[in-house]
This record gives sequence, C-alpha cells and structure tokens, in this order.
Amino acid sequence: MRKVAAIVIASAFFAILLISFYQIPQSGYSGSEYYYSNPITGSHANESVPSHYISGTKNETGAVNAVTAIVVEYRGFDTLGEVTVLFTAATGVAFLLHKGKGGKKRAEANLILREGSKLVLPFILLAGAYIFIHGHLTPGGGFPGGAVIASGFLLMMLSYPKFFMKEKPVSITESFAGITFAVIGLLGLLFASSFLENFLPLGNAGYLLSAGIIPVIYIAIGFKVGSELSSIADKFKEVQK
Amino acid sequence: MIEFTIISWIMALLVIGAAIYAIETKDLLSSAIAAGVASLVVSIMFLILQAPDVAITEASIGAGLTMAIFVYAIGKTGRWEK
Repeated sequence: MRKVAAIVIASAFFAILLISFYQIPQSGYSGSEYYYSNPITGSHANESVPSHYISGTKNETGAVNAVTAIVVEYRGFDTLGEVTVLFTAATGVAFLLHKGKGGKKRAEANLILREGSKLVLPFILLAGAYIFIHGHLTPGGGFPGGAVIASGFLLMMLSYPKFFMKEKPVSITESFAGITFAVIGLLGLLFASSFLENFLPLGNAGYLLSAGIIPVIYIAIGFKVGSELSSIADKFKEVQK
Repeated sequence: MIEFTIISWIMALLVIGAAIYAIETKDLLSSAIAAGVASLVVSIMFLILQAPDVAITEASIGAGLTMAIFVYAIGKTGRWEK
C-alpha cells in the first residue's frame, strides 16, 4: 500500500516536472509579458524584464557578468535572505552538535594524501578567492568561492585527523562579513535612495575595480560562506558518538 | 551537435542510475558515494548547458561538502541500513 502511494506521488511529481520543462522558452528568447519598471524612479521601460537584464546591466551596474548583477544588485535583498538562511543552518548545527573533548584516536591518513593536500591547499584557497573576487567579471561569485574554500579546509580535515578550525577566528570572520553586507546596504540607504543601492563609482566595465558595491558584497559573502561551511564540516567531524 | 546529444543521454542515464542505486542500496556508505557521483555528473551537465557558476557550486557543495558530511555522519552512526 505504501509502495503504491509512493509510486503515485513520484509519478505525479515527475509529470509536473515534465510539464514545467516544456514551459521553458527556447534559448535566445527574451520576450516576456512582464515589463521592466524602475523601482526608484517609477518609470516604465518599453521592454520585458529578461531583455532589460541582457541589454541594461552593463550600463546600470557596471558588471560584465549579468548573473552577478542580478544576484547582488537587482535581487540583493533576496541574497541577504539567502545568507541569513545559511547562517541559521550553521547556528543550528553548532547548537545541536556538541564538540567532544577529542580524546578518541583516529588513524593517520597515508603519506601521499598528507603531503599532497599540503601542496594543493594554497591553490584551492587561491582558486576560491579568485572566484569570489572576480565575481562581477567571470562566472562564479561569493557562494561558489566560499564553497571551494570550505572544501579546501575539508581536505585538510580528511588528511590530518588532528586538524580543526579554531572557533574564535572563524566566528569573528563570519560575523564581520555579515555585518559588512548589512552595513553596505544601510550605507546605500544613506548615500543613495534605497537599501543595497549602489553608491560607489561604477568605473570601467571589465576592470577589477568596477561595478560599485558588487565586489565588496561578494568578497564579504565569500568569507561568510567559506567560514560557515567549514565550521559545519568541522562540527560534523568533531562530534562524539 | 549530435555528440552533445549522445553525451547528454549517457549522463542523464548515469544520473538516474546513480540516484536509484543511492535509494535502493542497504550500504549507506555506497549510497552517499552514489549521491556524490550523481551531483558530479549533474554539474557537468550544467557546464554543457552553459551555466558555469552553477556547475562550480554543484561540484563543490554537492559532490564535495555534502558527501563528506554524510560520510562523517555514517562514521558516527552505522554503515548498514536496518
């Protein structure tokens, strides 16, 4: 009986998935019935939202990567909510999983893993930092960069059983990054007209120092996500049975 | 273009097979590894669909961090499903 119910629910879900898959427009299609209107000036542009994102991001935000411009600039408030969700998850893990005294002895990893991870770790951290610093120029951004950094620390945890994240620097980094995000939003309220609005000069599109507040926010998000994910992995490693 | 279609079909079948294996097997460790394989293949599919940023996120979180957290949790509890 339960199996039949599971099959029915799964096939209904699959049917919904297929129907929504056929609703996806062809690539290159940018027409939509939702017309773009500027939330601050209230003016209506005579184009749809997707085509406005494609044509207007470079002039309006200074970012070459349109995905980043949407995530941080047009939908910056959603990103703040996303960061809050991750913060809540990390807090819940830290609340539920108590760290043991660490008396249990674990087996050492073999020589190749230990030395190889020592060799590779700086490059992993560098790649993660590159991904979130260049978020407005190349694909990627704060979330992928932070995840890459956390996976670098995870590699160290796997190869050295005694490796652990010091709690205080991690939490200070995380809090500082979160405060940076919120304070930049509030500065937008102060120097421009709304929360998280750009108030820095846009600069030349395509350069590292361009796009106003986008790189600053993405660097903060990168540090925040990296410290949160590595502290989650650390909590799972250290918890006692 | 035909090569991409063939590769996409192979990877779609791989994802479905890995997902079914991850649900059906009684060995939780190989279940976690099968889920990691599924998300690794999904990240390659994202790359083919020209979404490199999603591919980076999927590869590092889905195949790296999530699998490691599952493996740690299995190590603290038990390997076999009862």
